[in-house]
Amino acid sequence: MSTELIIAMIATIVTAATPLLFAALGELVTEKSGVLNLGVEGMMLMGALTAFGVTLSTGSWTLGILAGALAGMTLALVFGFLTLTLMSNQVATGLALTIFSIGLSALIGTGFAGKPVPKLPPVWIPVLSDIPVIGKLLFGYDILVYLSIASVAGISWFLRKTRGGMILRAVGESDTSAHSIGHNVIRIRYLAVAFGGLMSGIGGAYLSVAYTPLWVEEMTAGRGWIALALVVFAAWRPWRALAGAYLFGGITILQLSMQGLGTIQIPAQVMAMLPYIVTIVVLTMMSMKSRRGGLGAPACLGKPFRPAT
Amino acid sequence: MGIRIEKRRVISNTLLYLTPPLSVLATMIAGLFVFALLGFSPLTTMYHFFISPLTTGYGVAELFLKAAPLIMIAVGLAAGFRANVWNIGAEGQLIMGAIAGGCVALFFHGQDGFWILPLMGIAAILGGMAWGAIPAFLKTRYEVNEILTSLMLTYVASLFLSVLVFGPLKDPGGFNFPQSKMFSQSATLPIVLEGTRLHAGVLIAILIGIAGWIIMARTLNGFQIRVTGLAPAAARYAGFNRNRVIWTTLMATAGLAGLAGMFEVAGPIGQLVPSISPGYGFTAIIVAFLGRLNPLGIIAAGLLMALSYIGGENAQVAVGLPKAATGLFQGMLLFFVLASDFLVRYRVVFDGRLSKAASKESA
Repeated sequence: MSTELIIAMIATIVTAATPLLFAALGELVTEKSGVLNLGVEGMMLMGALTAFGVTLSTGSWTLGILAGALAGMTLALVFGFLTLTLMSNQVATGLALTIFSIGLSALIGTGFAGKPVPKLPPVWIPVLSDIPVIGKLLFGYDILVYLSIASVAGISWFLRKTRGGMILRAVGESDTSAHSIGHNVIRIRYLAVAFGGLMSGIGGAYLSVAYTPLWVEEMTAGRGWIALALVVFAAWRPWRALAGAYLFGGITILQLSMQGLGTIQIPAQVMAMLPYIVTIVVLTMMSMKSRRGGLGAPACLGKPFRPAT
Repeated sequence: MGIRIEKRRVISNTLLYLTPPLSVLATMIAGLFVFALLGFSPLTTMYHFFISPLTTGYGVAELFLKAAPLIMIAVGLAAGFRANVWNIGAEGQLIMGAIAGGCVALFFHGQDGFWILPLMGIAAILGGMAWGAIPAFLKTRYEVNEILTSLMLTYVASLFLSVLVFGPLKDPGGFNFPQSKMFSQSATLPIVLEGTRLHAGVLIAILIGIAGWIIMARTLNGFQIRVTGLAPAAARYAGFNRNRVIWTTLMATAGLAGLAGMFEVAGPIGQLVPSISPGYGFTAIIVAFLGRLNPLGIIAAGLLMALSYIGGENAQVAVGLPKAATGLFQGMLLFFVLASDFLVRYRVVFDGRLSKAASKESA
């Protein structure tokens, strides 16, 4: 393989990984606060739809992506209202969010099928982008790729170094203690859930305006669920989520390019199974390891909290 | 006057069974707004969605036909949900059952024999179970989250079906369409009502619902499942084996889902095609909750959910409503059911004159 081909392949891996990374980071923060939101797939899907629709009608990627983020956040707040205020079952409510979003996005999106939007262009960084090889490899991406990596650094710093991050983790590890020293558990969880929705929305938006700039029903194709698995894989650590997302991006591209080569006698559908099977294998390996060391799941994950009055 | 939320000491049974119908009502009212927003006449669309399918005998038969897989899967799921086992991959188990049953049908293609259908049923149950055994094994052996594994396996199953109908099982005389041969008469479920598509499997589905109710309400197995979900510590103390409950509920659901898949391909479809279910495995989750995880409630909820499929198709033909409206309705309904749970477990107390008067009366 020539250098150019390898660079092109790495670039596609990065773009395949970015939507997963956004969604996984959002869910990571949500879960750190002790809330399990299984609606990632739904929030991504509505983010993708909204971003596509707004970009199509306004011609502005910025507005489109913002709208996608907002759509994800709105859905997350619906989830928050049900699980945090009405204390409904988090697993069932997350599933409801996904089922609802699949229906709603298909309903609204009927008019969008087959219409293309221009693809989000790469950022042009003077001088740096012109460097041969490295220029393309490191400085040839669109703005969201850089934002996703900045988010990893930002979230990692926030969780480990800031007071806000400490409080968030405390709420996820022991809601009753956090409550007893005066933190508003429900409010903090609302914020974490909203952030999770925002990031899932951006992840979805990336799919429909940058990765494949068009709208297809259920175009997320399980990426929201893979993002959920990535959080476990990452042991709730942002930098490991980055590694996991790029690994999955790599597998996706690998199977696509093997399909494209066509020389190997494996049906395309068998190759398409790969990301899902790898997810199961990786989850199993993580869980096997956790028997020895501990995965690091927040202690209050998925448990409802109601302050005593 | 302030408003206060108070936990009920005993959950309200009246509200427990009253809230699902109320949720349906709330969904319908929300539906009127959705129709209006989409530019459809709300009442006409509502009529075509919810009432006109029930005005013909054929429509009612279709209702039972579509309710059958939902009921079968939801009965199993409900047992799992009660035990905190979250199998959300019933769709994949349904597909694997359909494949296993379909392979038996195609293997004995053209042959006669009363034993072909039962053999297909057994193969389908085993096929579904094999698929359900993967998350069960990973959960009991390695504590792998069954939600994610069962769902991932659904994508794999659906791709596997696609491999088969595009490849080895493709009908050689089928003009290259991705579908198998039509099953022989002996591998097709008998019709029980002339002039409809109502087949024998529908009766079995309803019997399964009733049997599920008896098992959950009246047997030790059912009791163990309920206790494991409600009070895991108590269940351990009583010596109930958690892993056994996980295996039992997952195998029951997966087997029933597999059988439901076989009923689809040996019933209304009559062959293997790339898509054999409009998401029955997922909709059954809603059916389980709407039926309050009670098999008798599930029969009613399954019929109602079947109506949302038929109504959606009907409204599509009659007024051009996009088919996706069905999914939207189903999602909304689950939201309302889950939200209404709050009223079952908590009460809203109005502080002030009103409640003082009330407390005096009760004192």
